[in-house]
Amino acid sequence: MTDALAGKAADPRAVLTGSAPLADESEGMSYLQSLPRRLVTLYLPLSIILFVLLFPFYWMALTSIKPDNQLLDLDTYSPFWTWNPTLKHIYKLLFETDYPIWLWNTMLVAVCATALSIIASVLAAYAIVRLRYRGAQWVGGAIFLAYLVPPSILFIPLSTVVFQYGLFDTPFALILTYPTILIPFSTWLLMGYFKTIPFELEECALIDGASRWQILIRIVLPLSVPGLISAFIFCFTLCWNEFIYALTFISSVHYKTVPVAIVTALVDGDIYRWGSLMAGAMIGSLPLVILYAFFVEHYVSAMTGAVKE
Amino acid sequence: MAELAINDRGLSRQVTAWDRLKVDRNWLSFWFMLPAAAFLILFLAYPLGLGVWLSFTDARLGRDGIFVGLENYEFLWDDSTFWLSVFNTLLYTTVASTIKFAIGLYLALLLNENLPFKAIIRAVVLIPFIVPTVLSAIAFWWLFDPQFSIISWSLKKMHLISSNIDFLGDVWNARWSVIFANIWRGVPFVAITLLAGLQTVSPSLYEAATIDGATNWQRFRYITYPLLTPIIAVVMTFSVLFTFTDFQLIWVMTRGGPVNATHLMATFSYQRAIMSGYLGEGAAISTAMIPFLLAAILVSWFGLQRRKWQQGESND
Repeated sequence: MTDALAGKAADPRAVLTGSAPLADESEGMSYLQSLPRRLVTLYLPLSIILFVLLFPFYWMALTSIKPDNQLLDLDTYSPFWTWNPTLKHIYKLLFETDYPIWLWNTMLVAVCATALSIIASVLAAYAIVRLRYRGAQWVGGAIFLAYLVPPSILFIPLSTVVFQYGLFDTPFALILTYPTILIPFSTWLLMGYFKTIPFELEECALIDGASRWQILIRIVLPLSVPGLISAFIFCFTLCWNEFIYALTFISSVHYKTVPVAIVTALVDGDIYRWGSLMAGAMIGSLPLVILYAFFVEHYVSAMTGAVKE
Repeated sequence: MAELAINDRGLSRQVTAWDRLKVDRNWLSFWFMLPAAAFLILFLAYPLGLGVWLSFTDARLGRDGIFVGLENYEFLWDDSTFWLSVFNTLLYTTVASTIKFAIGLYLALLLNENLPFKAIIRAVVLIPFIVPTVLSAIAFWWLFDPQFSIISWSLKKMHLISSNIDFLGDVWNARWSVIFANIWRGVPFVAITLLAGLQTVSPSLYEAATIDGATNWQRFRYITYPLLTPIIAVVMTFSVLFTFTDFQLIWVMTRGGPVNATHLMATFSYQRAIMSGYLGEGAAISTAMIPFLLAAILVSWFGLQRRKWQQGESND
């Protein structure tokens, strides 16, 4: 029995998703637990946790389509469902505020900053892992330490630096400062990926007279496409998630990004238009959720691969 | 002969110094490292030093400051709001990190079991972490509204309370509310990372223990937890770091809270530096965060490291 189980253990993903063929009747050690016991110790806590984790999103989506009279009057209508759902809030958000402009700003900043960071990280990671110049390990460690410097310590001096360079209140302020958050992590990630590419391939190319640049472009990069996708997605998510730099460096409404604009520009006076606010929050989350839905494995491998070094 | 190079047309020529430079490792490394080094030095290392320098000046927003020595720090030492923000930050970080760790580990153990729809559940669990913090903070702001909160409504319907709870207006309610929002957001990250670590534990260890008669708790305590310690160290270091320097969640939900009750050091430094214009003081508050941060990171990192006995050597 242990042999069959050892065979299954060699493929943990198949074991855990339950798709491995069973050599005998048992499924690991789960036969030790009866169904009612599993119900209480496993399914019940899991359902409670999942409910708590997902309820705010349900509430956000529900509020976006609830008509105003049902939003503010919790007694006549049950608040957990809506009758006569309306698209008025979403319409008002997209056509009567500057929301599309903010969405465009955020996308632009995220894509440009991510592209810059990936280029810089690929070059740096290759230099540290393959070129192995003197002191490369220390530089690698220093780059990782740079990830531990939080933006909420740097934003004050960075605002003076940005002002001195004349970048204040332009998208370039964000495009040039976001890489400081993105480069350390993606360099670290890509270092791990480059290490898994066998050095023999590069040796053959070197013997045949290729330059390092050619090796990078033609051999290493095509082989590390999963790593590049993971780094891209993670950096993109970090850009969307960034708030304090965008809040400090951008003051005119025209250049704001979605997180900042929703909090500062969408609320006028004391009247909170909750429907439009929630619609804004929901539409702002959509690009990331869609990206995530297509690339879940890459995102998880980025998070865990970097942590496992 | 070793000094001749073959060029494109197959003719040989002398190897020049430029040719040797082009393949020199250090020369290439310099150019490869240049973009990353430029970004990190210009926008990270230099501002870090500038921030420490600014904390010793009396710079204001719009004009340069002159060196005033430790005056900013002396002023902060006597400022009760500063000490309140330090207390809030320490409370927020310790409570939120501990609970995130406990629930995250529990969730990872649950997800490690043999479940139907495991892949979908695992993907769904990560959603609170990938949605931008500000947007989920707005959702919580609405959930904790003093008049229209669904939580108050449900509790009233179940006759557990008689009037709406003022989540964000009362001092301690506000603190627990932001801690709850932080936990909600951080648990998926801890859970999924620990789950990846759990999957590296070989099942044969569990089987051997079960055959020898170990209970669930004994299996956890003597097999799972020791083997997970390195990953726990890394995850908790990140978690403590990001919780300590959290800005977005507090700013969106309470702006620092009813009478500064939820001001963290990060939000307090923003208020002093950008909103009130005292750049020097704000920089001093930010610089004051660094020792706490270093202490927290060192505690997480060294306190949870793998001990020698886990690798088969004797205890030290």
